[in-house]
Parts: sequence; structure tokens; C-alpha cells
Amino acid sequence: MNDAAANTTSPAANIVRARGLAKRYGTTVALDNVDFDIAAGRIVGLIGPNGAGKTTALKAILGLAEYEGQLSVLGLDPRTQRTQLMQQVCFIADVAVLPRWLRVSEAIDFVAGIHPRFSREKCLAFLARTKLQPRQRVRELSKGMIVQLHLALVMAIDAKLLVLDEPTLGLDILYRKEFYQSLLNDYFDEEKTILVTTHQVEEIEHILTDLIFIQNGRLVINASMEEIGERYCEVMVGPDKIEAARALRPLNERGIFGKTVFLFDGIDQKRLAELGELHKPSVADLFVATMKGTYA
Amino acid sequence: MNTQIGTARSNPTQTFAWLLKREYWEHRGGFFWGPMIAGGVMIVIAMLTLIIAEATAARHGISINGMNLDAISRNMTADQVRIFNSGVTAALMGISVPVMVTLFFVVFFYLLGALYDDRRDRSVLFWKSLPISDLDTVLSKVATAVVVAPLFAIAATIVLHIVFLCLISVYAAFHGVNPLPLLWNPVPLVSMWIKLVCMIPLNALWALPTVGWLLLCSSFARSKPFLWAVALPVGFGLMVGFTQLLRQLSIPDSWYWKNIVARILFGVFPGGWFNIGNGKLWTAGSGDDFNFSLSRLDLVNSLLNWNQILNALGSLDLWLGAIAGVGLIAAAVYFRRRRTEAYS
Repeated sequence: MNDAAANTTSPAANIVRARGLAKRYGTTVALDNVDFDIAAGRIVGLIGPNGAGKTTALKAILGLAEYEGQLSVLGLDPRTQRTQLMQQVCFIADVAVLPRWLRVSEAIDFVAGIHPRFSREKCLAFLARTKLQPRQRVRELSKGMIVQLHLALVMAIDAKLLVLDEPTLGLDILYRKEFYQSLLNDYFDEEKTILVTTHQVEEIEHILTDLIFIQNGRLVINASMEEIGERYCEVMVGPDKIEAARALRPLNERGIFGKTVFLFDGIDQKRLAELGELHKPSVADLFVATMKGTYA
Repeated sequence: MNTQIGTARSNPTQTFAWLLKREYWEHRGGFFWGPMIAGGVMIVIAMLTLIIAEATAARHGISINGMNLDAISRNMTADQVRIFNSGVTAALMGISVPVMVTLFFVVFFYLLGALYDDRRDRSVLFWKSLPISDLDTVLSKVATAVVVAPLFAIAATIVLHIVFLCLISVYAAFHGVNPLPLLWNPVPLVSMWIKLVCMIPLNALWALPTVGWLLLCSSFARSKPFLWAVALPVGFGLMVGFTQLLRQLSIPDSWYWKNIVARILFGVFPGGWFNIGNGKLWTAGSGDDFNFSLSRLDLVNSLLNWNQILNALGSLDLWLGAIAGVGLIAAAVYFRRRRTEAYS
């Protein structure tokens, strides 16, 4: 392997590097010249309202759709080097995409047969924790069990990047919790990178290291969770100080138990502390505040 | 140097074998059970026929006991044996026709769904999450259609032949006739089976335009690939017929139906190349006399004749079609690469 190839994929380099990434469907702009980098060993949440361009971005990264601009994933071009890329990238796109006729044992045999980085032992170990039987067909499984199978297959692959597009859509809370717990405990390490989109922000908030908010094809926020904790602050303000708080141009305000909660972006926290009690905003609150007026 | 992309490589041959296995898993009902059931139906029909024949014979007091086939066979000349063998071969080929028709329908609809069904149920996203190139995926479907499915059909045909011969033998033995020397002559049987297998490459070459066209529709259509595959060429043909476009170029309309429509829709019928050799097959069936004339036996046997096969291999039609088929398959790969959606 030559040095150039080694450089582009060394751990320090970005797993994903996008410059001027754009995609149009007719007159609709799905992605509007976005730039972003995703470093190794991160868990990045790509959050946005419906139709914001999340899936378009993921499809571009996975080489499933055409795009304009520059995009490099693990140093490869997703358009022309998809097959090589897929040795290093796994994805679970939406639930229930496993073919309905496939048996559990066939799924394992097939992936073991064609994927050089698949470990049958690991996969069987994951499946041992579930109720799945080798002879069962996907069509006999519940939605939650299908995701368990898909996750077991994917977690047994030693990939550098895992892309999850609404992986837990339609699952009950037990399966959802288990899904992210398995990912965090049994899969994720500093060698791996996870890129996830979901509408259930509250559930993945605590596992994310980075957050990307996307709206109308543009990135609204692209920061690490630490940066977000420093930048954004919620203050619970009594009625007497409301005007003073509004003067600081909050992103959002909402009433709660006779008090008003203001969300501020980049205001000195000492100054905010004078107005009332400080809180770290939840990603969901931040999302609602940032995306105000999306569907209006 | 630290671990890099490509430290582990998949083995291309192994990957392709798994792709073929996947097609079999998904379609074993059509590839395996389809021809077997068609053969089974023929056996049931043969049994019923024998039972009815027996009952009828008994009712009318006809006895075929005492007919000494043994003695007849010993006294036959070499030429007569050849004719008898031709008759057996023709009969066996005849009862295999339903198996081949089944194979045609199975392969036709397999190809139409091959690159469409997984887009409709979105499992294409799972297959595309694995390190398999779109070229390999499409080629595995081509190979399944022209090699794997015919092999299963031939296996079913051989089983059908053996069961049928057993049935006839038991019937003959029941009437005190030893069937072994004539019916179970291994030379024509085995040579027929070997030729069936040897014809797979020729059938495959002949089928390429159909394989390519159906796969292209399957990978291109966002919905209803069957309509694309059938309505488009037929509609175009009707339009050309009305506007007399081809006739103005002094090409008869039948040329379009025979060399375009038939080639892109019916090419997967086994032995479809046969009429390009001497064109006898389609005229031979018009005679009403029930005598198995020598020429008719020869006709069936000529389907299995090496000269006939070599003739077909030398025809321009075959190779032009094959080239067009490769182009259509390339277009199917192109759309497989770009299209992951379908309307359900």
C-alpha cells in the first residue's frame, strides 16, 4: 500500500470529509453546498426535521445516490469505489429491510461467505441473547427481532463506519434501549465511528459525541456535545426579569409553572446566572428552538 | 504500516458462489419444485392413461398378453433398433415439454423480478450494504437464469424419464413382456441427457437478448416491470404496423415480431434457436396423420443432433442477439447501480 493511501485513512484523518456537497431533486434542494467532517471514534447524531436532507446525506456517503461536490469516505469515493467502501462501512437503513424469505441461518452463512470482516462467532454470541432460531424466516419475526438480527449481523462486522438511518423506528422502548445499549457496550470503540439519524433524539442524546442539525439542506449546528454545552444555556427566569432576558435575544422562550424558560446561544453564563437558574438544554429542546418555523 | 483498507479481501469466486446460492434460497420453489411438479403431473397423466387403457382393453376383451417383445427385439435389424430408439427418445422428449414450459415461465418471471422485487420491499438496501458489486449481482442473476435453473429442469427431466420408463416397464412386465433390452438401452438415454446438458451454453447464448431485456426492465422500472417488458415492444410493434414505418423501409412487419419481439421475450424457452437451423419444427406439426413417420422422429431427434447444434452456433442471428443481450445486461447493471427505489 502506498503512502498516499495510508495517509487518507490514518486514524487521525477524518472518516468522512464533505466539501460543497449538494443534491437537487428537480427544483427541490435537498442538500445545499454543505461542508462537514466526521472524525474517527465519534458518535455523530444527524438530526433534522422530515425532508431536511438527512437521508440524502447518508445516501451520498453510502454511494447510493448521485451528488455534486466533493465527498470522501475512508479516503474512498463512494460513487466509484462503493464495493471497496462497503468492506469498511456498514449500514442499517430504516427497519425491516432484511428480505422476508431469508432464514436466520442463511443470513449468517451468506454474510460470513461474502464479507471478509465478518465474525460468525461474534454474531452467534449476539444472537444467543435473543429468542431467534436459525430456521426462522425473517417474515416470521417481529419487527424488533428483525432489528436484533440485523444488528447482530452488523456488529459482527469489523467496520470503521456504521451508518444508522432511523434504526429503531417503530420499535418499542425495550428494543430501542437494548439496541443502543448493545451498540455502546459491545460494538463501539475508538476505532469505530457511528453516524446516526433518528427522530427519537432524547434516547440517543447521552451517547452522542457530536451533533449535526440539518434544516432545508443546510447545516444549522455542527459541534461536539462539549461545545454545545458551553454555547447553549437555558435559564429559568421569574416574571420580574423577563424583559431583561428578552433583551439578550434568546433563541426561544417557553412558559413553565409560572416561570419562563429562555434558551440562549453564546451568552456568557455568569451574566445569565443573574437572571435565574441555569440548565443544560436537552437536545430535543435545542432542536425545537432551532427548527422553529420549519413547516410554517 | 497500520491496518488499512483492504487487509482482508473477499474471494471473488467464493462471493459469486454465495450469490448463486442466495438466488437458489430465494427461488427454490420455482427452480426446484416447479419442474419437479410439472414432471409429477406428467407421471400422473401417464399412469391414468395406462389405467384407462387397461380398463378399456379389459372391457373389450382385448389381450395384449403373449406379445413377445423379447423375441421381436432379438430379431430386429440394426436399422429397426435405431428407429425404435428414436421413437423412445421422441416420446421421452415429448413428455418433457411441460417441464421446459415450466422452466420458461419460472425463468421469465424470475428475471422480471430479479432486480425489482428487492427494490419494492427495500431489502435492496441490505444487499447494497454488503461488499458486492452491482456487476456481480446482475451476473449472478444471469447465471442463475441460464445455467442454474436449466440444470434443475434437466435434473427433473431425467428423473421424469426414469420414472416414466419404470412405469412403462412395470406395465410391460405385468403383461409378461421383458422391457429391459429395448426400453433400457443406456446408449440413447445417456446420450440424450448429455446433449440436454451440452445444449445449456447454446440455449444461454440464444436467451441473452431476453435475459438482458427482462433484467433491464427489472432494474429500470419504478413499478410494473411486466408492463414495461411486454407492453413496450408490443405497443411499438402495433404502432409501427399502423404507420407502416418498417414497410416503407421495405422490411416486413413480421421481421420485427420474429427478430425483435420474440427474441427479447421468448428467448429463454429452451431450444428456441431450433427453427433457425432448417425451420422444420413449426411446419412439421401440421400433418394430421397419427403415424409416427420416420421424418417426424428424425425431426425430434434432429433437435438433439450435433449438426443442428453446430448450425445454430454458426448463425448470425444467434451472435447478433447475444451482442445485443450483453448491451442490455450492461444497461441493467447501470440502472442497478443508480436505482434503489420502487413504488410498491
